[in-house]
Amino acid sequence: MRYPDIMIFVLGALSRYRVRTSLILLAMSIGIASIIVLTSLGEGARRYVIGEFASLGTNLVIVIPGRSETSGGSPAMLLGSTTRDLTIADAVAIKRHAAVKQVAPVFVGAASISHNQRDRDAPVLGSTSELLDIRHWKLARGKFLPTVDPERANSVCVLGTKIRNELFGNESALGQWVRLGDRRFRVIGILASEGRSIGVDVQDLVVIPAASARILFNTPSLFRILIEAKTLDAIPAVKKHTINTIKARHQGEEDVTVITQDAVLSTFDRILKALTVTVAGIAAISLGVAGILIMNIMLVAISQRTAEIGLLKALGAPARQIVVLFLAEAATLSFVGACLGVVLGEFGSWVIGKIYPTLPLGAPWWAVLAAFTTAIVTGLVFGALPARRAARLDPVLALAHK
Amino acid sequence: MIRLEAIHRVFQVGDQEVPALDNVSLSVKQGEYLSIMGPSGSGKSTLLNIIGLLDQPTSGKYILDQDNVTDLDDEALAKTRRERIGFVFQFFHLLPRLTAAENVELPMVLDRISPAKRKQRVNDALNAMGLSDRTHHRPDQLSGGQRQRVAIARATVLEPRILLADEPTGNLDRRSGQDVIKILEGLNKEKGITLIIVTHDPEVGHRTHRQIHMIDGRIVEDAGQRPS
Repeated sequence: MRYPDIMIFVLGALSRYRVRTSLILLAMSIGIASIIVLTSLGEGARRYVIGEFASLGTNLVIVIPGRSETSGGSPAMLLGSTTRDLTIADAVAIKRHAAVKQVAPVFVGAASISHNQRDRDAPVLGSTSELLDIRHWKLARGKFLPTVDPERANSVCVLGTKIRNELFGNESALGQWVRLGDRRFRVIGILASEGRSIGVDVQDLVVIPAASARILFNTPSLFRILIEAKTLDAIPAVKKHTINTIKARHQGEEDVTVITQDAVLSTFDRILKALTVTVAGIAAISLGVAGILIMNIMLVAISQRTAEIGLLKALGAPARQIVVLFLAEAATLSFVGACLGVVLGEFGSWVIGKIYPTLPLGAPWWAVLAAFTTAIVTGLVFGALPARRAARLDPVLALAHK
Repeated sequence: MIRLEAIHRVFQVGDQEVPALDNVSLSVKQGEYLSIMGPSGSGKSTLLNIIGLLDQPTSGKYILDQDNVTDLDDEALAKTRRERIGFVFQFFHLLPRLTAAENVELPMVLDRISPAKRKQRVNDALNAMGLSDRTHHRPDQLSGGQRQRVAIARATVLEPRILLADEPTGNLDRRSGQDVIKILEGLNKEKGITLIIVTHDPEVGHRTHRQIHMIDGRIVEDAGQRPS
């Protein structure tokens, strides 16, 4: 048979048995759609995490007190234990290098903040003016911390919008005094609400000068030092310089952990990619189920169409031709099912994207391609057995079949 | 043109061997018109299936137009059926989803004939059967006699030399049955097609030039054979 004739014959058969055709299409498209939705979720999660890391700042080198023996970006290193305090002076020393653009020492703690009768607990960040730029934060109004000697404990603070609203309501906050722990600070700026970035809600934050935080929390020990290198290429040099500096200042002991953003990033990237592939694999099982359904329904179809197969043989169709016809049927079903599945999957992703706007959804091209290929291969593999059975039918018995 | 030599056909039913044809030899010349008659289970349909290459003998030899077709592979068997043999069945075996024209077209589709040529030949074949106004009807919109005429058009559209009819009137009323037999006889007379009819109906049997009677898988009578 000529190819157009095969297609006409197959489409004729498929449109005659509507229920069975739509059942197979349904199974196939659900299989494909689930692969696409799940991979686009995985891919969305990956892009989200990468985006979050990028919003931490660019070309970042992070110094954490305490030495961790593991290398790479394992979460364990984030919990290193301190042997020697990391101080503001350390941060100042690190800044003295040509490749270092800016440095922000960071204290983290919580304190109760109050204005008039209103008070609440708030996370407090002690840092320097450079933090604003390193973390890519923006100000809604006022100014950020003044650019002064980091050892100076100015009594000023910058508030997140949520804290501002809770303490001041409709009043103007700029220039007002708030009580933070047992000290008073003047509000000089309000942070713009930029959403979240990894664990810190900018809206729910109080930022004070590093030296003031040292007094407030009564400890010289920094939580982190954030260093921004001038270029991406300078990161290794900055990392080395940082370690050397800290070593020199800490009596030759390398008691800090220095991580670079890209190391953490690539780890998360790997984890999430693996996750996406795993999820896609699970979804592929549903394709396998669809394949078995195809086989089942094709077998039923063959017993329904036994007389037709017998007739084709009597009219001079060789066994090979019968195999081709039934495989073409299976392939057509899987192809159309795959197309429907892609549409369904993209629609599903779109709906989920509407529900969770922060997730940058979108199935990667390889997942769509793999889903498509799997669908066709599944159709052909599971269509092969029924097709061969059809081809082997004895024409005499097949014609006698009612 | 058809020469069967010592054909045996044994069916395996469970662990029992049931002989359907027992040492059948038969010669049919080009253009003959013969009937095969006999009670149910006498092997007449099996004989027809073997002549039509739908079934293969357990032993014996089948020569068709000087070619030994006893041990052909599936591909060659299909080709021979397609080109040399036409079938007409008791239950018509039209594909219900196809129109009359599409059913007639089917053998040409299988034979990879180009669509342009097919259209003309389908029209000619249906015209010859007096069905030119039924071209786009589906089988369920046709009467039994019309269906059988579509089936005859399909069987003859590739111009085979042999036409095999298994109880062609068995499912028709008397009138349509007679029409169908007349059409088949016309093909035999005008085009010289070798016509072999398997039938229960003595009336049909007596019209043929040659009658073969079968009982228990053997030919017991072969009457009216033209001298060679």
